Amino acid sequence: MRISLKWLKDYVNLPLPAHELAEKLTMSGNEVEKAESVGTTWENVLVGQVTALEKHPNADRLMLSTIDLGTEMTTVVTGAPNLEVGQKVPFARVGAQLIDGHTGEMATLKPAKIRGIKSEGMVCSEKELGISDRHEGIMVLSPEAPVGMPLMQYLGDTILDISTTPNRPDCLSVIGIAREVAALTSQAIHIPEIIYDEQGIPIHDAISIEIENPELCSRYCASLVTDVTIGPSPQWMQERILACGMRPINNIVDITNYVMMEYGQPLHAFDYKQIKGRKIIVRRARNGESMFTLDGSQRDLNQGMLVIADEKEPVALAGVMGGADSEVIETTTSILLESANFNGASIRRTSTKLNLRSEASSRFEKNISPELAPIALRRATQLLMELGGGTAAQGIVDVYPGKKEVKPILLTKERSSRILGLAIDTKRIQEVLASLGFSSSIVGPLDDLSVTVPYWRTDITLADDVIEEVARITGYDDIPTTMLRGEIPKHIPVPVLALKDTVSDILAECGMQEIITYSLVSKLMLDRVNPNNELGPAMRVANPLSSEQEYLRTSLRAGLLATFATNERYGQSSIRLFEVNKVYFPRDNDLPKEQEMAVGILGGLRSDRAWYTGEDELDFYDAKGIVETVFNRLRIDVRFEPAEDQILLPGRTAKITANGQKVGVLGEVHPKTAAEFDISCQPILLFEVELGRLLPLLGMTSRYQSIPRYPGITRDIALVLDASLVTSEVQAIIQSFPLVSQVSLFDVYTGDRVPEGKKSLAFSIRFQSPERTLTDEEVDHTQHKIIQRLEGEFGATLRS
Amino acid sequence: MIDKLEELRTIATSELDSINKPSDLEAWRIRYLGRKSALTQILRGLATLPLEEKRLVGAAANELRVALEQSLIHKEEVLRETEIVQAIEKGRLDVTLPGRSPVLGRLHPTTQMLRQISAIFSTMGFEVIEGPDIEWDYYNFEALNIPQDHPARDMWDTLWMDFQTDDGQQPMLFRTHTSPMQIRVMESRRPPLRVIVPGKVYRYEATDATHEAMFYQIEGFAVDKNITLADLKGTLFEFARKLFGEERKARFRCDYFPFVEPGVEMAIDCFLCNGAGCRLCSGSGWIEILGAGMIHPQVLRNVNYDPEIYTGFAFGLGVERMFMLKHGIEDIRHFYSNDLRFLRQF
Repeated sequence: MRISLKWLKDYVNLPLPAHELAEKLTMSGNEVEKAESVGTTWENVLVGQVTALEKHPNADRLMLSTIDLGTEMTTVVTGAPNLEVGQKVPFARVGAQLIDGHTGEMATLKPAKIRGIKSEGMVCSEKELGISDRHEGIMVLSPEAPVGMPLMQYLGDTILDISTTPNRPDCLSVIGIAREVAALTSQAIHIPEIIYDEQGIPIHDAISIEIENPELCSRYCASLVTDVTIGPSPQWMQERILACGMRPINNIVDITNYVMMEYGQPLHAFDYKQIKGRKIIVRRARNGESMFTLDGSQRDLNQGMLVIADEKEPVALAGVMGGADSEVIETTTSILLESANFNGASIRRTSTKLNLRSEASSRFEKNISPELAPIALRRATQLLMELGGGTAAQGIVDVYPGKKEVKPILLTKERSSRILGLAIDTKRIQEVLASLGFSSSIVGPLDDLSVTVPYWRTDITLADDVIEEVARITGYDDIPTTMLRGEIPKHIPVPVLALKDTVSDILAECGMQEIITYSLVSKLMLDRVNPNNELGPAMRVANPLSSEQEYLRTSLRAGLLATFATNERYGQSSIRLFEVNKVYFPRDNDLPKEQEMAVGILGGLRSDRAWYTGEDELDFYDAKGIVETVFNRLRIDVRFEPAEDQILLPGRTAKITANGQKVGVLGEVHPKTAAEFDISCQPILLFEVELGRLLPLLGMTSRYQSIPRYPGITRDIALVLDASLVTSEVQAIIQSFPLVSQVSLFDVYTGDRVPEGKKSLAFSIRFQSPERTLTDEEVDHTQHKIIQRLEGEFGATLRS
Repeated sequence: MIDKLEELRTIATSELDSINKPSDLEAWRIRYLGRKSALTQILRGLATLPLEEKRLVGAAANELRVALEQSLIHKEEVLRETEIVQAIEKGRLDVTLPGRSPVLGRLHPTTQMLRQISAIFSTMGFEVIEGPDIEWDYYNFEALNIPQDHPARDMWDTLWMDFQTDDGQQPMLFRTHTSPMQIRVMESRRPPLRVIVPGKVYRYEATDATHEAMFYQIEGFAVDKNITLADLKGTLFEFARKLFGEERKARFRCDYFPFVEPGVEMAIDCFLCNGAGCRLCSGSGWIEILGAGMIHPQVLRNVNYDPEIYTGFAFGLGVERMFMLKHGIEDIRHFYSNDLRFLRQF
């Protein structure tokens, strides 16, 4: 809420400069987002009075206006349509800083000759002074404005823009903030007494009030003022309403808004003559009922909504917005003023449902105090009589079915020091509470306090709430800093968290860049990576921000492929990305299954181009090497077997199995899929591992093996085999011979130098015994056996 | 005979001088010091000489042998030295050429920050637990003292799941904060507890430089018999110093969150202006970094903890925001657009 310091001064002395006050308010919970000085640019702007107006001799639409500045008279040319003799207006001398009405820029006023007449200054609009956007006419000041006074002195103000937390509806008012300032600066608060004459008919003869649903309306107060003259409200009130960021309308509406800003109680003014049967009924709307609200919209109502109705039909949407039919208009003469208290949750439901948030609903929904209703009503009635000139009916109607007994809160000394970690002197606590309008008395021998909460503090219900009050006024800076004591709680390890970290670390070490993508994706993107719907349905957001973020992903592949495409577009030539994160699968009557996955994708040059690199491109075996490294580091034995996958290329896809169970997949992304993601690079390799499946396989510590004492012998053999033969089978046979300690494949060849349909595999075999030094004869013998065996099994021949 | 020796010395020396390849040295040695060399012949023939001459010639010949041998060693050294110098000359590298860099990957900035923050709290005895991204209304709001139709719900614009339970009673949503894990952990365990919960959270919010529809939070809480607001202050001030540096000042101010009482907002002094007021801190000199407070008695009651016996504190912070502050990043949207030109900077 915007709070004018000038207005605030009506209720409390301001002993501190604005910025210090703002700091104190912020620290104690009412954050001042902005302190705006109004009028600091108004040098050379004075209060002037229009003493004469005549037509410009050379222009039909321009006037010559004589302005009295107290010590001098001056003449200016103006085109303003609303200027009248006798008005007080802001007058800017040459040199004044004004906002250009057209460009919105600040500019210095220069002497001008308009159609042959010299103009020594100008009269200003609100926009030119930076007060509002109004630029249709000259700003007209109050008749009391002293001629010749600098405008800064007369109208200058500081506006604090305060962001109020939802628990403090009392601070959505000038008096509420005044109470805070009083407590924070040890000043007294003075709220003017409300006195007015009640010369009209007894109120109960004029109106009866019935509350059908007391659970939704705890109090309803009303007053009546007859013979009112509708017109603009006085300048001072308009200025304050403008300062709060609202627009002045007419005296009646302005009064209800003014009192709402002053006290925080929303009010509504009805045209009394439009209330049929002299009866107000507060009731639930009937299903199928509808009404036109003040903003001209037709609203369909239901029984979840509370309405203010007369004998026949709803005349207002309770606490949200008035009805068009009972609106105060120019010809209205009798005003029925409503000041009521409605159930916060109900108001919030209704305004949310109708998408109709108003100043009133935003206060009611936070549960303002019902005690406020008659006070604000009497204040508004008083203003109505003062400014609208009417006659008030005798008394007010006050129906209060929801009155609650005020129970004091017990605040023990032990509790406050246990919560704050600081023992505050009881006398100091009582002082602070008193400054906030609480009363307290000591009970018992331990300096415990019985605290009575003032009616406006609907947020205070517990001892801990009172403790916060004390702490925030004395200042959180006074709270000491201590470290946690006591035993360190037992930690329950979460293996999947450790696994996620480890896998991410290994992948990063392997040259992969981690990315994090949105959990929500579009239907289109999901479909692209799930063409055969093997993943099943994805969950949908009920209120998506956009179709781009509408479905909860069932795969990380879409995000990775899209990210690959983006980076390729940015000119990256070597891309390796991974994500370790969740995918989500729906379950009946339960939260979705959240499954941790690790997915990697790579493509492009094996390394960024440099003087030492070739133009090698990443291929299947780069991806496989990374996957092998991951499992190797995790000490999980895995096998790779040819497999199929819905977006991977047949013949270039392997499933990864451990203990006979599939834990992941690896392969080349199908060019069709890559093209759908607008990836031009080829091949794109992808691997995917379901981390949850690895958890039971973890925990294998490596067993120490002694370093061989006897030297080994290495032999290389090159074999010619069928091209379709899987290498791992050949290798497994070689490995199975007892003297063989290590086998590595060092060359694979297909081409002219082997027969068609054949390939050559070259293995380096290490022979070693833990017991003795092997002889050449022994090795020759074993090597011969190996070749024989491979000949028998696969028809392998030694390559010459 | 003496003259012959001198002649030999002259010839041998000048010949040695002219050698510039180490491989030629052996031929020279054989020629002048070998078994068939003139000098060896003279030394062998000494016995046949008369005594006086034998003494004279013998001394001169031996002197010559030693001298030639030494010249040879010296020459060898000189030649070796020259060879090394030449090799160095030939082997000069352009040391300004870029090195062969191993391909390096990195963790995402958010992960880096999560780990850094987790590590700080680990040293203070906190354990790390994660929870579900998708939650029931109960855990995200109700149990945290934010009932249906509570105005504080405006503080969290919520993405709702298109999902119905059979009883139609349990709305499902994308958690708007990591606070639901306070409830889940407390429901399943007994104090003492010191827990941090990193995780993704979601908001129904249009994205701009400071707002994302998805971001990471770390929730932290501690519950025990004697935990105070002072402990919260001590814990978080220590955290801020460890993360932002010893010289950073921190402050608590009163704020409101329905699940804590008293409520706190913590700020650190602006590192751009050191508290003088600038654009980064919008003139205040302070930068908000997190929300916190003492766990509300109602929240403790909701998990069947007796608020008369146990107290606790809780806090929640935005992970990207911490990273942005530390690195001067102006736009949160960089994080999840995953541009390698951004990611590779960290």
